[in-house]
Amino acid sequence: MSRVTLLALQVLVAVVCIALWQLLSTVPVFGKILLPPFFFSNPVDVFSQIVKWFASGVIWKHLAITLWESILAFVIGSVAGVLVGFWFARQPLVAAVFDPYVKMANALPRVVLAPIFALWLGLGIWSKVALGVTLVFFIVFFNVYQGVKEVSRTVLDNGRMLGMSEGQLMRHVYWPSALSWMFSSLHTSVGFAVVGAVVGEYLGSAAGLGYLIQQAEGIFDVAGVFAGMFVLSAFVILIDSGVTLVERRLLVWRPTAADGRG
Amino acid sequence: MTTPTAVALEDAKVAFRLGDGRVYTAVEKAHLAVAQGEFVAIVGPTGCGKSTLLNVAAGLLKPAAGSVKIFDRPLAGLNRDAGYLFQADALFPWKTALDNVAIGLEIKGTPRSEVLPQAQKWLTSVGLGAFAGRYPHMLSGGQRKRVALAQVLIRDPKILLMDEPFGPLDAQTRQVMGNLLLDLWNADRKAVLFVTHDLEEAIALADRVVIMSAGPSSRIIGDWRVQLARPRDIFEVRMDKEFHALHREIWSVLKDEVMKGYAQSTHAAEAV
Ligand SMILES: Nc1ncnc2c1ncn2[C@@H]1O[C@H](COP(=O)(O)OP(=O)(O)O)[C@@H](O)[C@H]1O
Ligand SMILES: [Mg+2]
Repeated sequence: MSRVTLLALQVLVAVVCIALWQLLSTVPVFGKILLPPFFFSNPVDVFSQIVKWFASGVIWKHLAITLWESILAFVIGSVAGVLVGFWFARQPLVAAVFDPYVKMANALPRVVLAPIFALWLGLGIWSKVALGVTLVFFIVFFNVYQGVKEVSRTVLDNGRMLGMSEGQLMRHVYWPSALSWMFSSLHTSVGFAVVGAVVGEYLGSAAGLGYLIQQAEGIFDVAGVFAGMFVLSAFVILIDSGVTLVERRLLVWRPTAADGRG
Repeated sequence: MTTPTAVALEDAKVAFRLGDGRVYTAVEKAHLAVAQGEFVAIVGPTGCGKSTLLNVAAGLLKPAAGSVKIFDRPLAGLNRDAGYLFQADALFPWKTALDNVAIGLEIKGTPRSEVLPQAQKWLTSVGLGAFAGRYPHMLSGGQRKRVALAQVLIRDPKILLMDEPFGPLDAQTRQVMGNLLLDLWNADRKAVLFVTHDLEEAIALADRVVIMSAGPSSRIIGDWRVQLARPRDIFEVRMDKEFHALHREIWSVLKDEVMKGYAQSTHAAEAV
């Protein structure tokens, strides 16, 4: 199938869904409106709400806050994950001692931490960053740990025979291997950074996309809720394509599934 | 003056502790000397302990008994005089071909601006001058082996350890690589310990061919000198009458070991 046909079909799905939504929420079927506007709003209202946000400029402040929280959560969580992952992988004893606690902490649904973070860190951005960090950290940690442990024996021996010191093995062998594992989970960890920020905002804050959605819900403004969700989706997709670009640059050396071998 | 001995294994024994606590003796009473400038090939059935022996010479494995001497000095730790061409893929997948070759000098602290032209030169001499920017996964098996060869040679090691370097390649590529290796070796005649399961390849390349028996407790059971004139061409040397005579002689010994090795490995599989 050509790209154009594919794109046309993809657009068609959206058009059909939106048209159905508009139709069922405004035109009665057998004397009854199937999607009552109070619960489902309608595309026109949602769209005009989005336009209003962008026209008045209020949305930018909220987007900027959510973006900033996500970035902080991602950076802090990744740095901590890389450091601890490296440390555990190189110190099997430490890893063995902490293993049950790491598993326990990771098993905990992070949402329950949100009120505690709000209590500790206030309703500003840091309680949201903290929530995101707890999500990002474990993904990066597990991947880096794996990446360091699964370095090929032969590649390591080769490094040694070429005369690498422990520090040089770190830099030329362990580090790139760990990073490649980390980057392969980049989409997930960036996604979770955003989830942490938005969920945190939703549960208690004064700004951000999560706050916007929560506010609309508070006054039964369904159009506002849907508008917030659409803006959030677009925001995530934008960030995700940014990640794809970064990934392409950083992982050029990795074979893709389509590559031939031999 | 006698030529110094580059690698000397004296009564080396290597044992592995298996998962279930038993001990598997892979190689026993291995006695082998490689003189400076000498090209020695080791041939034996699969699983007899050829890679193990090279690892001992490289210092990656410590023998359970016996000694390893490098230029008459007991080997402690890694063998810093040796370059090792591994049987499995050992290139750094995150480095380009050029960087893979350059790394050997870079880690010595030579500035990159000096290293890169040399790395390029070595890539060219293994016939991959145009592939400098490729990552290992973009190269064929034979090309990867050539990059690995350049990676080892750029450090100018006094001893070259090669573990079935042409193993996974097709017959034609093997011969091309063999000639390439002989050309490079002819330039400065390093001591070479070359492992192969291909007897013809061993005779065509080496000054001496050493045969190992089937494991466990594999030993060196034969040592033949190859008197074919140098420089050699791998294609032509195989037509030589002397080549055939030697091949027949060594094969009569090797054949029994190959059969034994095969029988033992199937037995072992049945026992499991
Ligand atoms: N780490 C190990 N633990 C246990 N057995 C091993 C180990 N490495 C090699 N062996 C055994 O030692 C024998 C020799 O292995 P190797 O030297 O790799 O053989 P090859 O001659 O094919 O290179 C084999 O039977 C192999 O199963
Ligand atoms: Mg082997």
